[in-house]
Amino acid sequence: MNLFAIITEALRALHQNRLRTGLTMLGMIIGVAAVVLMLSIGQGARTKINETIAAMGSNLFIVVPGATSSGGFSFGSGTVKTLTINDAYAIAELPSISAASPVTTGNVQLNYAAKNWSTLILGTTPDYFEVGNWKMESGTTFTESDLRSAARVVVLGSVTAKNLFGDEDPVGKTIRITNRPFLVTGVLMAKGQSLTGRDQDDNVFIPITTSERQITGNQFPGSIRYMLVQGKSAEDMDIAEIEITQLLRQRHRIAKSKENDFTVRNLTAIADVATGAAKVMSIVLGAIASVSLLVGGIGIMNIMLVSVTERTREIGIRMAIGANQRAILTQFLLEAMMICIMGGLIGLLLGIGGAWLVSQVTDMLIVITLGMVGLAFLFASAVGIFFGFYPAKKAASLKPVDALRYE
Amino acid sequence: MSLMTNYSASPLIRIENLCKSYSLQDANGKTITNQILFNLNLTIYQGEFVAIMGHSGSGKSTLMNILGCLDTPTSGSYWLGEKNVAALSNDELAHIRNQSIGFVFQGFNLLKRMTALDNVATPLLYAGVSRSNSRRQALELLRRTGLENFAMHQPNQLSGGQQQRVAISRALVNRPPLILADEPTGNLDTQTSREIMLLFAQLNCEQGITIVLVTHENDIAAYAKRLIRLKDGHIIVDENNTAGVVSDEIA
Repeated sequence: MNLFAIITEALRALHQNRLRTGLTMLGMIIGVAAVVLMLSIGQGARTKINETIAAMGSNLFIVVPGATSSGGFSFGSGTVKTLTINDAYAIAELPSISAASPVTTGNVQLNYAAKNWSTLILGTTPDYFEVGNWKMESGTTFTESDLRSAARVVVLGSVTAKNLFGDEDPVGKTIRITNRPFLVTGVLMAKGQSLTGRDQDDNVFIPITTSERQITGNQFPGSIRYMLVQGKSAEDMDIAEIEITQLLRQRHRIAKSKENDFTVRNLTAIADVATGAAKVMSIVLGAIASVSLLVGGIGIMNIMLVSVTERTREIGIRMAIGANQRAILTQFLLEAMMICIMGGLIGLLLGIGGAWLVSQVTDMLIVITLGMVGLAFLFASAVGIFFGFYPAKKAASLKPVDALRYE
Repeated sequence: MSLMTNYSASPLIRIENLCKSYSLQDANGKTITNQILFNLNLTIYQGEFVAIMGHSGSGKSTLMNILGCLDTPTSGSYWLGEKNVAALSNDELAHIRNQSIGFVFQGFNLLKRMTALDNVATPLLYAGVSRSNSRRQALELLRRTGLENFAMHQPNQLSGGQQQRVAISRALVNRPPLILADEPTGNLDTQTSREIMLLFAQLNCEQGITIVLVTHENDIAAYAKRLIRLKDGHIIVDENNTAGVVSDEIA
């Protein structure tokens, strides 16, 4: 019997029991839809995190000053002014380091025409934009000569630019920062939220020299809030961390018995943790969804077993007129597989539809890849073969005489 | 379309010392052996029309199942044509059932919710014939049994006699040399029974198809040319049938 004829027979049998076929299929539909939906949500979360990490820049360290404590109370990092601009310049010279960018921070009031906006101001070096993987929406960053001359130039974050200028092009305009005029040289492209959920686009950047002298200057000249350091290669991050630590201990003249007055954080490690967490989440989601697929599969096995018992006489007749064991096996296996494949296809469409709906209703990123579609389909077929085989085998190994006698 | 030009020459069925017994577990878990057939010896030649008679429990259905390769003997040998059936694999037995034997049952045993045409065509599908070819051949057989107008009917839309004609068409579709009929008229009225038996007689006379018929009715057995009577698993009578209904009616 050729395959086409067996498929026709299987379709006929499924058609004869439409309600039962439909209900059994429902198990597969729900299972596959759940798997597709969960995989796409998980994949979406991973993609989102990867984008954030890529936007953050690669091979990054963040070096923050140590914490002071008084009477057992810690005042948090940055409460001592141990890091300086010169520390950053020295670190930049290390063999494993490609750049180091010092940052001071403060809160300022901005004015342009009749509008005003209060935001975070960062004083830094032109390297910062390179290290932090910032791209320009328009204009340029400030330059090394701006830095040397402590020029009054400013680069705007996209949110700040929007609030202050609306649809107007800010480049070349002059804004007032704490009543001092600054020339806007450029606007940064939006980055979105950081891994910790902070808006990275509501801020302005000026040369650190300008900041020191005119905006956020304090009683410790040259002290900085933190520095952003970029290692030369991902492999040498451990070496780079040791080099930074040794250099800073030496520069700060810290005795061997004393603890560091600064902290070096490897952002790549933090990113790895976030990526790992997202990966675990998608695995867990997929595993939970797979359970429903498993339950659907068991439903198919159950129904096929009932079907084989019910149709024992039919099997006997078919054997009497010349069906061999393989023909019977194939017929019942194909019935199970067709339930799975049809259910799988419907489930796939429902899953994609559901994922689309989720992405419309929430602001979650949903990613559906061809691989996922293939995986769901493969899974459905595998479930069909796995759970359909035993009932089909049972049908095929019936003795003709017993099957024919069955009432 | 005479398949057997030289019938009544060589033996089609040869049974030697055939025994069949079933093992059962009784309530105490002891194995009870229940022997149904005892050392049967039987030869049936091509072109014969044999009726096997006996009361229920005489072993005639068991013998029929063995002859039809639906069941295997416990001991003894069974030669069907050139083949020793006892030595064949399941697939080879399926092939023999498909190619060499046509079954006609008391309860018709048509496949439900399938048209008469598809029922007749199914053995051809198992023989590997394409769907369109098998349907064409099936329609030809239905035409010969006078059912071409019912080809698209399902079994439950047909009368008993019509269903049995469909079953006979199905038995004939692969042109087997042997037809085994297990009480084929058991569910039919007298008039329809007569028509079905005449159809068998006609197939036997005109096409030389060997027919082995199981019945417990004398007037049905009367259509056969040879009569075998079983009692408690033994052959007690094996004789030429002198009643000769066939010659009268066919002539």
